[in-house]
Amino acid sequence: MIAELGLAALWLAAALCAMQLLAGVLAVAGKGGNLAGLVRPAAIVQGMLALFVLAALIVLFARTDLSVLLVAMNSHSAKPLIFKVAGAWGNHEGSMLLWVTVMGLAGGFVALIDRRLPERTMLATLAAQAFVSLGFYAFLLFSSNPFTRLNPPAIEGAGLNPLLQDLGLAFHPPTLYFGYVGLSVAFSFAVGALVTREVGPLFARAMRPWVLGAWIFLTLGITAGSYWAYYELGWGGWWFWDPVENASLMPWLAATALLHSVGVLASRDALRTWTVMLGVVAFSMSMIGTFLVRSGILTSVHAFAVDPERGAFILVLLAIYIGGALVLFGLNAASIAEGKRFSLVSREGALVVNNVMLSAILAVVLFGTLYPLVTEAFDTRVSVGPPYFNPVGAAFFVPMVLVLMVGPLLRWRQDRLERVGKPLGIVWTALFMTGAILLAATAWIGWLPWIGLMLAAGLAVASWLPLRGRNLRRTPLAVWGMVMAHFGLAVAVAGMASESAFSVEKLVAARAGEQVTVGPWQVQFRGIEPVAGPNWTALEANLTAAYAGSPPVAVQPQARSFWSPPQQTSEAALVTRRFGQLYAVVGEAADGDRWQLRLWWKPFVTLIWLGGVLIALGGLLSLMGRVAFDVRRAFARRRIAMRREDMGR
Amino acid sequence: MNTIKAQRIKPKHQRLVLLVIAFVVLIAAGLLAAWALRSQASYFYVPSEILADAPEPDRAVRLGGMVENGSLRTEADGVTIAFVVGDGKARVPVRFTGIVPSLFVEGSGVVAEGKMGADGTFIADNLLAKHDENYVPRELQDMDAHQARQVVSETR
Repeated sequence: MIAELGLAALWLAAALCAMQLLAGVLAVAGKGGNLAGLVRPAAIVQGMLALFVLAALIVLFARTDLSVLLVAMNSHSAKPLIFKVAGAWGNHEGSMLLWVTVMGLAGGFVALIDRRLPERTMLATLAAQAFVSLGFYAFLLFSSNPFTRLNPPAIEGAGLNPLLQDLGLAFHPPTLYFGYVGLSVAFSFAVGALVTREVGPLFARAMRPWVLGAWIFLTLGITAGSYWAYYELGWGGWWFWDPVENASLMPWLAATALLHSVGVLASRDALRTWTVMLGVVAFSMSMIGTFLVRSGILTSVHAFAVDPERGAFILVLLAIYIGGALVLFGLNAASIAEGKRFSLVSREGALVVNNVMLSAILAVVLFGTLYPLVTEAFDTRVSVGPPYFNPVGAAFFVPMVLVLMVGPLLRWRQDRLERVGKPLGIVWTALFMTGAILLAATAWIGWLPWIGLMLAAGLAVASWLPLRGRNLRRTPLAVWGMVMAHFGLAVAVAGMASESAFSVEKLVAARAGEQVTVGPWQVQFRGIEPVAGPNWTALEANLTAAYAGSPPVAVQPQARSFWSPPQQTSEAALVTRRFGQLYAVVGEAADGDRWQLRLWWKPFVTLIWLGGVLIALGGLLSLMGRVAFDVRRAFARRRIAMRREDMGR
Repeated sequence: MNTIKAQRIKPKHQRLVLLVIAFVVLIAAGLLAAWALRSQASYFYVPSEILADAPEPDRAVRLGGMVENGSLRTEADGVTIAFVVGDGKARVPVRFTGIVPSLFVEGSGVVAEGKMGADGTFIADNLLAKHDENYVPRELQDMDAHQARQVVSETR
């Protein structure tokens, strides 16, 4: 019954979505008559219906209703409840439903609260949002129905990929989806503004919270995904330049650029066309990302739910949305009026450099990710990895960070570099001191880590300088957010550079009782024991590890075997200390009584994810500041309007 | 000086200047990417190809094929393994130091990332085996289609 209700609600939501599109388009074309009044309510009800559909699917999973095909394929009655619930979106159909739901809710929310934009632009925006949603509804209803019944019902579910039975991963895809969907709202705003050609500060202020929100989720999603890959894959790496990882990085790069250009548009009314273009690009990258992940067209260590036919469907949607938006851009962009001017040495100028460099990095990542596809057309199979991405990305990242140290200190419109000479002196000192200390105190660590650590030191100082001379209590939250995010970037870069510069690795075949030294750690191998969990058995290595003479702690990496479906995973064991992490993996029996152990000492590696969290936190502070400001202003406006009415105008 | 310049530039010109800067940087990014891709992309070989046309010694490449039955042995240090990868036409010895992926067994497919040594042994830094029962690296899927018959008759 629940499944049928869910399906009915899904059809109804799709119908409402079609109505929202039709009414919106007619109203914008000026032929709608009273239809314009339908658009907002349709968006709101559609969002609530979509939420109901998702709730229905979650209930089915929580009860393990095995008469539903999707549940039978992806769940198991013996799974813990939290993973049953997370299983609802841990598969293709469910994740697409989650996408549609979040998109519907976002559209409804825009319809409900946003009153800043001119009504016609608003209607065009909601119509664009309905257009995008409609494609996904069609996708769900015609090729990925989550509610298909199974007759007769299955006796037991087929389980969920054990690699996915992990709390981090249960919430990692939704986080990225929130980001992607937020960018779809930004896309709709961009299309709406393109249709009516009303691109200005009002548009930017309406769009900014969505870009910020999407960007926060993407940042958190990438950070969490990187940490997941680090401890779950057991390879000791935190970023593999894998297509699936790049698929999440590319929208983030575009969103970061958009975030900065929308800020310029909101406060200075410059970069109008560029911002609209980035709005289109950012969502395109989300769609390309979804396509790469879902189609399995590229070899990936994360390839789980792969189906070429569905990939083709996403590719068609991608072509329609992006092609349509680009045609609209080509037709209307030239008639968008030029924004305000600025000199090259100004806040705007620095932000242009930021935008151009981020776009260049985006292009580098996109080319590298798609290159294997291109060569495959000529029957040559290649893979592209760190030797390409690291140096080529750095060629644009380094100048970007150098400008980032100066940019926030500059004034809007025009400024002179000499004015900020003194604070810049401090930054350069920090930067070169770090470089010199590294040269003197350690062995050569390689170009990229060396440059990375210098940049991190310079930026760590430079990020706080915008607070100089301000009354800290009266500094707007948005400024704190910027400081925090830029400092977070410095922290993350420091972590990345130290990890590759100072990591120590030991690979041994050890007998019980043997001692191994890894960096400051003394690790003793005690032996191997079999252990069992709810749906797995494992061989667990008993290690004790002592950090620089302190009392030893137990470290227990496992080699796990799941039985439903049969699969083996390696569970790394981590010990975190203030200055880094010990990372232990157990392998196979080398011969009779020796076991393979792989141990790493990774100094400051945790800074990578700490930096990611700080960046997201900066975004959150900024979002809170902006929203609070908007709300205050809306109240003030209303008060003024009321007073005017009182005066009898 | 910049002040004067900013005032002299006409609105249309500023937009043009920005566009030109963006284009120049993006084209530079494209060219740099293209050049680096040509020199840094790691090519995929099957054993017969790598023997016929060996890559330059320092070039990172990937070698894919079937692990020959009976060829896998562990060396004295307990963490280095040696095995032979075949595609039905040719055989290449491979050495790997590290922990092998869980589903790496004789008679199954493997993709080894590494470099071709001067003595004709492939030195692998990383091995990719099947992820789970259903997952096969794409390169191997493809190879199976081309050469399934020979590989199966040769390796079983």
